[in-house]
Amino acid sequence: MGENPAIVAEGLIKNFGKTKALAGLDLVVPAGTVYGLLGPNGAGKTTAVRVFATLLRPDGGRAQVLGDDVVADAAAVRRSIGLTGQYTALDEYLTGRANLIMIGQLSRLTASAARRRADGLLERFDLTQAATRAVKTYSGGMRRRLDLAASLIGHPAVLFLDEPTTGLDPNARAMMWEIVRGLAADGTTLLLTTQYLEEADQLAGRVAVIDQGTVIAEGTPLELKSSVGGEHIEVALAAGADVEAAMTALKPYATGTIQPNEDGLRLLVPVVSSDGLTTQMVRALDAGGVGVNDMTVRRASLDDVFFALTGHIAEEGSAAA
Amino acid sequence: MSVIAADLAPGQDSTYGHSPFRLFASDVLVLTKRSIARIRREPETLADVTFMPVIFILMFAYVFGGAIRLPAGGSYHEYLIGGMLGMGLAQTAPGVAVALVTDMSTGLMDRFRSLPMSRWAVLVARSIAELLTQLISTAIIVCVGLAIGWRVHTNAADVIAALGLALLFGYAFTWAGVWLGMLLRSPEAAQQLGFIVFLPLTFISSAFVPTQGMPGWLQPVANWNPMSALAAACRHLFGNPNPAAAVHAWPMQHPELAVICWSVGMLLVFAPLAVQMYRRKAL
Repeated sequence: MGENPAIVAEGLIKNFGKTKALAGLDLVVPAGTVYGLLGPNGAGKTTAVRVFATLLRPDGGRAQVLGDDVVADAAAVRRSIGLTGQYTALDEYLTGRANLIMIGQLSRLTASAARRRADGLLERFDLTQAATRAVKTYSGGMRRRLDLAASLIGHPAVLFLDEPTTGLDPNARAMMWEIVRGLAADGTTLLLTTQYLEEADQLAGRVAVIDQGTVIAEGTPLELKSSVGGEHIEVALAAGADVEAAMTALKPYATGTIQPNEDGLRLLVPVVSSDGLTTQMVRALDAGGVGVNDMTVRRASLDDVFFALTGHIAEEGSAAA
Repeated sequence: MSVIAADLAPGQDSTYGHSPFRLFASDVLVLTKRSIARIRREPETLADVTFMPVIFILMFAYVFGGAIRLPAGGSYHEYLIGGMLGMGLAQTAPGVAVALVTDMSTGLMDRFRSLPMSRWAVLVARSIAELLTQLISTAIIVCVGLAIGWRVHTNAADVIAALGLALLFGYAFTWAGVWLGMLLRSPEAAQQLGFIVFLPLTFISSAFVPTQGMPGWLQPVANWNPMSALAAACRHLFGNPNPAAAVHAWPMQHPELAVICWSVGMLLVFAPLAVQMYRRKAL
């Protein structure tokens, strides 16, 4: 992380009419990492990516990709980026292979290098069998993989993935995740936007949570989760147990208020995680004469983070942000 | 696993060292091939430039033609083909607009715009692919014309000049279509607007009937219509009946020059406008 960052945004502003898509966005993406931009529809994720990819001119602030300004040095930026958007950016009537070769040549590869890389990428993304079919016959998952292959053919140092798994079935999504991990291992810098909290948690080394065009939290997924209270242990009491006695016995371990649920037989205890904690809690309950059925460790999810930060739940929808 | 990382040699596998013009030409070639490959996979996309002219020729030759009398006499079948060339070429313009709007809406344009390729290439390649379909359209019109009795009464140089003028005219109209494609947001709108613009453009001209029969207020419109100039130029160069020779309007007296002026003028207006809109699209 001592290197120069791959992407820097300072006070980026973009308005569409009266809508403030970006309202002073600041971002630093370290080189060689997977960075997640997390936020609901309309948060400004796609707008930010389009500014970084030289497709949109910002109204204010500035952004650099590998040290090149996205407005003043747009041509230089285009040499080092790849973009996979929410919509398949391919020619439906060409074969998969012809699409890759075309994009390769337009990415300034020689014809022979474009053919060689096209065949390598088709193989790696399990598309060799479909290579000679027109793209319009492809399934959703195959399209996304081919689209990603097209983004990679010019060997970009920085890759933008704008909601790469939106609308995919679980199998296709798992396959995309596997590919993203492989790319990260190859050293590509990836900026990934997603509205799926789980996806950011699974793939990204660092995450920026975006709401209404600004970053409202930034850190590793673990840091973000700890910031909203870390873990809870859910204690299921035996039928007829003394709830008051249980709460007294558990109080020394809790970092906050212990919350019983409606029937009083389940207690949610906020804790700081440590080895042997559950054993100690069982002993304490036993000493207090309280029977226990079950104990479950519940870690905060990024869903909790999102709710804590914004006061609303991350929406799942299909419209573009 | 690392297909993605390591198999490119920066010097010999990349074209960055080439001259800007060579890069531009290569981009245009790659994208033109793309458009042609599409036609080969889906030949039915050519229906509007192949069957439509045939249907129009047959309708006008055998349905309406019998009722149309040329002011100075002569064969209507011979008169028809000069007008038909202009219509066959101009009517490809809405198709260009539809194709470009479709590319825009699929995200393919965004990809092109994020690549290190030349900015003009996308539009220039589209116009060149269109020129090839216009060649096909012209060949079909000529063949069907010969079949219904159209004949040329001049020499090869005049015929080549006429076809060259027609293709220049068609190429200029293509850029109007490109501009329309940049202006509009949905393929349906492009289709409809194309219809609304190109239908009157074709019919308020001497393409199918002599302008002498039109009401006095409409005659200047028809005589200055670029479609009339092309029709008159072709009829003149083919040695076919050309009633427009008796019309005093400047374009009818100098139809060849008028076609060149109209075409160059349209190219000078629409090509820069279209390219500027392409650069700014969605910005």
